[in-house]
Amino acid sequence: MPKSLDDFVEAAAATLGVPLEDAWKPAVKANLEVTLRHANMVAEFELPDDAEPAPVFKA
Amino acid sequence: MALLTDISWSSATQIASDVAAGELSAAAVIDNALARIARLNPTLNAFTAVTAERARAKANAVDAACDRHKLPLAGVPFAVKNLFDIAGLATVAGSKINRADRPAKQDSPLIERLEAAGAVLVGALNMGEYAYDFTGENVHDGASRNPHDLTRMSGGSSGGSGTAVGAGLVPLALGSDTNGSIRVPSSFCGVFGLKPTYGRLTRTRTFPFANSLDHLGPFARTTRDLAISYDAMQGSDPADPVCTDRAPEPVTGVLARGFDGLSIAVVGGYFQRAAFPEALEALSRVAGAAGVTQEIDIPEAQRARAAAYVITATEGAALHLGRLRKQAHDFDPAVRDRLIAGAMIPASLVNKAQIFRRWYREQVLKLFERHDAILAPATPCTAPKIGQQTFLIDGVEMPLRTNVGIYTQPISFIGLPVVAVPVPLKPLPIGVQIIAAPWREDVALRVAYALEQTGAVMAPKVPKWHETAP
Repeated sequence: MPKSLDDFVEAAAATLGVPLEDAWKPAVKANLEVTLRHANMVAEFELPDDAEPAPVFKA
Repeated sequence: MALLTDISWSSATQIASDVAAGELSAAAVIDNALARIARLNPTLNAFTAVTAERARAKANAVDAACDRHKLPLAGVPFAVKNLFDIAGLATVAGSKINRADRPAKQDSPLIERLEAAGAVLVGALNMGEYAYDFTGENVHDGASRNPHDLTRMSGGSSGGSGTAVGAGLVPLALGSDTNGSIRVPSSFCGVFGLKPTYGRLTRTRTFPFANSLDHLGPFARTTRDLAISYDAMQGSDPADPVCTDRAPEPVTGVLARGFDGLSIAVVGGYFQRAAFPEALEALSRVAGAAGVTQEIDIPEAQRARAAAYVITATEGAALHLGRLRKQAHDFDPAVRDRLIAGAMIPASLVNKAQIFRRWYREQVLKLFERHDAILAPATPCTAPKIGQQTFLIDGVEMPLRTNVGIYTQPISFIGLPVVAVPVPLKPLPIGVQIIAAPWREDVALRVAYALEQTGAVMAPKVPKWHETAP
């Protein structure tokens, strides 16, 4: 696992104000890796710039 | 009025008919249900609270009602996943944290609507913590057990709902489904489950999980029971901004129209690639009974599942961020670690998932221009052992807790209505999804009902263990 993700997990937890004990870090990191893998699978699917997101705000 | 026969396996429809006709009293029905719950729940762990006093009072009110014969669910016992508000109880949502909440002042509207139809609430049901679960396990309350094999999972997160209906404790239960939490326990416990169109049933006074994916719906042992309860729960609700303004569209009257005129297809590709043989056998039996020969593909289903995963993680994290900051030790560790990770996902990636979601919806809706219903497995396998951590998906060992919903997630992702129907394989049942276009619950229920008439799908009675239970 890249060191950068360890650093990201620690920095993100501190930024979010979420406690992160050492014992929790491997599972949090593993879950983050899986979720990022899913997210990047979606993000690499090319859609036009004017493609609208599913939620639509109406004033 | 004493009961001469065991009604534990009677349908809601039969109970209501007998109560309406004066052949059974609601009080006797409820006494029977409460006694069965008291006897079997210590083994099954489906219920986390039993509302015996209010149930007996409500049953007496049903028996005294002059319009009892008009009540479609007269005297029918039902229970709800413990994320529904029940007046007088804290809405725990499977958590330790919410036990400190004040008791709810008022029932959720879906409970009110079922009780207005004559049904009688008998309790609250076990669930995975905060509904982030496919197993039915709960570190605080223990696992709800599969009634067909007590060593196996009920499925989750509405695990108690599947267990209670599958074990004949109640003929009707309510659950929630964000990614599969009605359809997975329906599949594992061998019962029928309806996840209606997103926005069809009000979610007011229930504890949420991922707002843009949360649905509520019923579990039952027959399609007709699903339909009758669903009809009783339809209707707008300004308190839930997602709830539709469409007038109720009752389905009970159209159930018996059969397969005639319907174009039904089986979905292949992603939905069969990782399926265990039993899931494929169930799908084949259902397709055969419906005379379906055409196989189609749902484009980018794997990516849709991935996007649902991301949106769930992030919406769930947003919901629980305050609790993660203050009470992280009080969560189920498995849920906590997923939620913390979800809070760390960059918003740019979440927006990408929401953009993909609209595109995917448009692609899938095109399929409904040619087909009325689509058949897919509900789960890749039958119920795993309680405590099992991994299973083989496509030849790769994967975490079970997060992957049981691979076939349900791409469907709820865009809010399509689904009936999960049980195929009574031996030794364990397994479900098949009947998927319809938005707002066409009538089609999915009609197909389920027709399949039930062929005998291909049915809620099997549980093995004999319960007869010797203490």
